[in-house]
Amino acid sequence: MKKSVKTVLPVFLFILLLAALWELLTTVFEVPHYIVPRLSDVLASLWENRLLLGRHFVLTLGEALLGLGLSVLFGVSIAIWMERFNLAKRTLYPLIMASQTIPIIALSPIMVMWFGYGVWSKISVVILFTFFPIAVNTSDGFRTADPGIGELMRTMGASKRDLFLKWKIPSALPGFFTGFKLAATISVGGAALGEWLGGESGLGVYTKRASNMLRGEAVFSGVLLLSLMGILLFLAVRWLESKVLAKRGSSDEKEM
Amino acid sequence: MSENRTRIVSDQAPRALTVSGLSYSFAGGPVLFDKLDFSVQAGEFVALLAPSGAGKTTLFRLLAGLVKPDAGEIRLGGSSESQSPGQKRRIGYMPQRDCLMSWRNVLDNAALGLELSGVPRQEARRRVRELLPSFGLEGTEQKRPHELSGGMRQRVSFLRSLLSGGDPLLLDEPFSALDAMTRASMQEWLLQIWEQHRKTVLFITHDVDEALLLSDRVLVAATSPISSLQQVAVGLQRPRDYSAVLEPSFIQLKRQILEQLGRTPVIKEGAGQ
Repeated sequence: MKKSVKTVLPVFLFILLLAALWELLTTVFEVPHYIVPRLSDVLASLWENRLLLGRHFVLTLGEALLGLGLSVLFGVSIAIWMERFNLAKRTLYPLIMASQTIPIIALSPIMVMWFGYGVWSKISVVILFTFFPIAVNTSDGFRTADPGIGELMRTMGASKRDLFLKWKIPSALPGFFTGFKLAATISVGGAALGEWLGGESGLGVYTKRASNMLRGEAVFSGVLLLSLMGILLFLAVRWLESKVLAKRGSSDEKEM
Repeated sequence: MSENRTRIVSDQAPRALTVSGLSYSFAGGPVLFDKLDFSVQAGEFVALLAPSGAGKTTLFRLLAGLVKPDAGEIRLGGSSESQSPGQKRRIGYMPQRDCLMSWRNVLDNAALGLELSGVPRQEARRRVRELLPSFGLEGTEQKRPHELSGGMRQRVSFLRSLLSGGDPLLLDEPFSALDAMTRASMQEWLLQIWEQHRKTVLFITHDVDEALLLSDRVLVAATSPISSLQQVAVGLQRPRDYSAVLEPSFIQLKRQILEQLGRTPVIKEGAGQ
């Protein structure tokens, strides 16, 4: 416990310092509120609109979570498929790697075209953002499985199923979580972008409208909440990772 | 004293492993084995001594059935009566690296072989627990591999191979990655364990001292490609301990083997990994 205080304290103090500087500099130099609003104004705006912001927050979070969940499902499925079938891997893996270079933001309007202005276009943009890191990292996790363990298991008469469940899956878990953590952070951006492209509610819509109206303190409060959401999702996945990777010594097969 | 018997194994004793006419070469690469014959008797501890890079590990992979020979036959167990289909006989393989699963504790790592042959988990764990004390692993049941020393990891790996029930046990330079002090104590420990279990062992090494200290018989691979093995019976009495390396007969045998190897300096390099 003491150790965690020691690691958190410097960061916390630094954030306080930045906050103080923010307030001080915007006040001293009389920065216009539509360039950088004063921190106290942002916090006041947050508090004033707490109910409205809360609703937007929950909606955006829901889109991010649902998209993230579906990405995990699709990403892991395709990684497993590539692992089981060599042809699938040779066909798909290069394509998936190459697709990383496509600017996903440019593709996002297509999702709106296909799925309309409802919640599904936002979820599909989230999937577009988060699918690749999960698929690629899980697939890499499978590839880095220690071949020595596989050979040893074969000399012990292991079946294909044994090899997959007791060797490949546990070996791929760290890679999967690397991708999952990355995806969790960018899922919020995907959801917000989906909302910008056309939507009625959500923090993305809120910040966009506030920006159109040059209400700096409202824009910044929306951005603060979106950042907070990203951090929370990342921390949640990291917590899950620490739970799974710490106790997998005795329970890896039970989860199957 | 000078009974450096270079004898052929008598045919009466039950064989644990028979290799006949084994040939293997890497695809498009050098020939490693050319019509190689040798056998290991049941209950015998045989060391296979070869300079680094001679294909020792490939030989183990052949014996373990991980790669197929170009020609020849590898038979496990006694004569042909064990060739009943469906009931495949297996060797117990202990790889050079310990290959422990980082996500499993000591108990479940050691139980892997039992688990794969269908022994219920509780029963498998019980059998591992029984043997932990004599492997110097008492109290480490819940530890993960990264919490163990190199010597302890090798002991877990050995226990796993022993419990997998395969016969003979193939040990592929298991101590080559350990420091000299740990290696010496592991060799003594292996001698003790072997006295208790008397399993058939084929031990690959490039260390003459290790081969002589541990085995009943040393097979020396001095040619390349390996087409025959020179046999040296080690007449040292059992049970042995590390002091055996100081005995005159040990020195004598060592000199003989070094001569057979043409005193190639390669032996002294530990570059077998």
